[in-house]
Amino acid sequence: MKRIWAWGALIFGLLYFFLPLIGMTNFSLKMRRGEYSFDAYARVLADPKFQETFGFSVMMALFTILFGILLIVPTAYWVRLKMPGLRPYIEFVTLLPLVIPAIVIVFGYIRLYNTSSWLPLTGTTTGTNVLLMFGYATLALPYMYRAVDTGLRTIDVTTLTEAAQSLGAGWITILSRIILPNVLVAVLSGAFLTFAIVIGEFTMAALLNRPAFGPYMQLLGANRAYEPAALAVIAFGITWACMGLIQLVTRFSKHTRAQR
Amino acid sequence: MQSDKSSVPAAAVSRPVRARRTLPLNWLGVLPFAIFVTLFLIMPTMKIVIGAFQTPDGTLTLDNIRGLFTPSIMAAYWISIKISLASAILGCIIGFGVSAAVVLGGLPQWIRGPLLTFSGVASNFAGVPLAFAFLATLGPVGLVTVFLKTQLGLDLRLLGFNLLSFWGLTLTYLFFQIPLMVLIITPALDGLKREWREAAEILGASGPQYWRMVAFPILFPSLLGTLALLFANAFGAVATAIALTGSSLNIVPILLFAQIRGDVLGDPHLGYALAFGMIVITGIANTIYIWLRARSERWLK
Repeated sequence: MKRIWAWGALIFGLLYFFLPLIGMTNFSLKMRRGEYSFDAYARVLADPKFQETFGFSVMMALFTILFGILLIVPTAYWVRLKMPGLRPYIEFVTLLPLVIPAIVIVFGYIRLYNTSSWLPLTGTTTGTNVLLMFGYATLALPYMYRAVDTGLRTIDVTTLTEAAQSLGAGWITILSRIILPNVLVAVLSGAFLTFAIVIGEFTMAALLNRPAFGPYMQLLGANRAYEPAALAVIAFGITWACMGLIQLVTRFSKHTRAQR
Repeated sequence: MQSDKSSVPAAAVSRPVRARRTLPLNWLGVLPFAIFVTLFLIMPTMKIVIGAFQTPDGTLTLDNIRGLFTPSIMAAYWISIKISLASAILGCIIGFGVSAAVVLGGLPQWIRGPLLTFSGVASNFAGVPLAFAFLATLGPVGLVTVFLKTQLGLDLRLLGFNLLSFWGLTLTYLFFQIPLMVLIITPALDGLKREWREAAEILGASGPQYWRMVAFPILFPSLLGTLALLFANAFGAVATAIALTGSSLNIVPILLFAQIRGDVLGDPHLGYALAFGMIVITGIANTIYIWLRARSERWLK
């Protein structure tokens, strides 16, 4: 009896989740009348706007990841090593982007960093791109910090630091050659999650008027029929790939650790 | 007692000395983080909060907040709260059902891994593509709509279902709400110890009694806490709503989006107040979440 209920709940869940996925895949293949074809994909992939916006978002994601690693790994390390009393406060701050909606944060950016302010970031294209990257780094903060902090918990930060210091290593050497390789799996998990978030982000890019992938998808959705479904399949594939890579690096690390 | 008394002063004496010597350098280490967070998280938010209580020339006022209490803005908040609450409650119930089925329902163990991975994917599959997926499924020419019409003779539109409505949006939001619930509640269900169930059964409790008097009270804080998190999650969702409905549904994030783009309310500071209202609501929801999570972790360690 219990098992019947359990199977029922699972099948209901699977149906709900797979129908939209089947629906979008099916729709994306129906561009040619009466037969299945990859026309919608061909049309999307050949669109110069697609290549442009997708490239822009990939670059944005890579810069965000780089900036996030440079900002968060040293901070999380330092807090663990020297200021453990500060941890609850830092953790609280990193959770704030989950509380404050992205649309509110970007609204603040527009008002705070417009052309007539003390830091006119939105005045130039580069400035706006930098602002957008900072915005993405803010959105990724809860995931990135948590991933890195969990990674640091599994290693003995103090001993590693003291050992490296007694061998004459400076802070930069310690961070780049001792700490970072040790928490690499955690950093990579955070990085893939950041990639998945940034690549399809809509609100910030749209309101800062940057040619990112999210606004492009929305624009196409408002004007075309079959191409959006193809884009949705592509976006879903990217999300899957990111999550798959996270699983892969985690499993890979468990493997090497068990062997040692 | 003796050792307690002697160790406390020793620690109290030695700590401030060490702290004083290294304090300035220690703070330097978190300075980049502090500057980043101040400039790109705290200050923008404060700008909105303060702006909500200011007139355009900078004097303090409550008029902006009062301006929120017009029928159209109140209606926007109300429908936003309703959609968020409905998708959060349904997400909690269904997510709990799925998670309980896998953890406690005696399903094969191999289902668990793929289910959690899939939940990770689906909870991140929000925004514009999600709207496309639902349009292709339940939209006017979507897969399910067409199937029901041609095979079963059911016309969803005649039955009153429209994807660009309260239930349509709720159904779409559930696609990322349920997996999020599964991800959060599965560890909590794992934490229910077998001993508790056995202890209850030895004392003569039936299955429903065990659930009502033991398991449910233990899970209650994490259930309610997750509810608050799901609520905030749906309340702040902009992209899905815009891609799905354009601007035909009057919910707060869409209204704020239009206000930032083109000042549709005709008063920039009313926009601040609108955003401030959003922070207050998601802030309340998350405070409940954090408070209840701290309570539930006491049991599940």
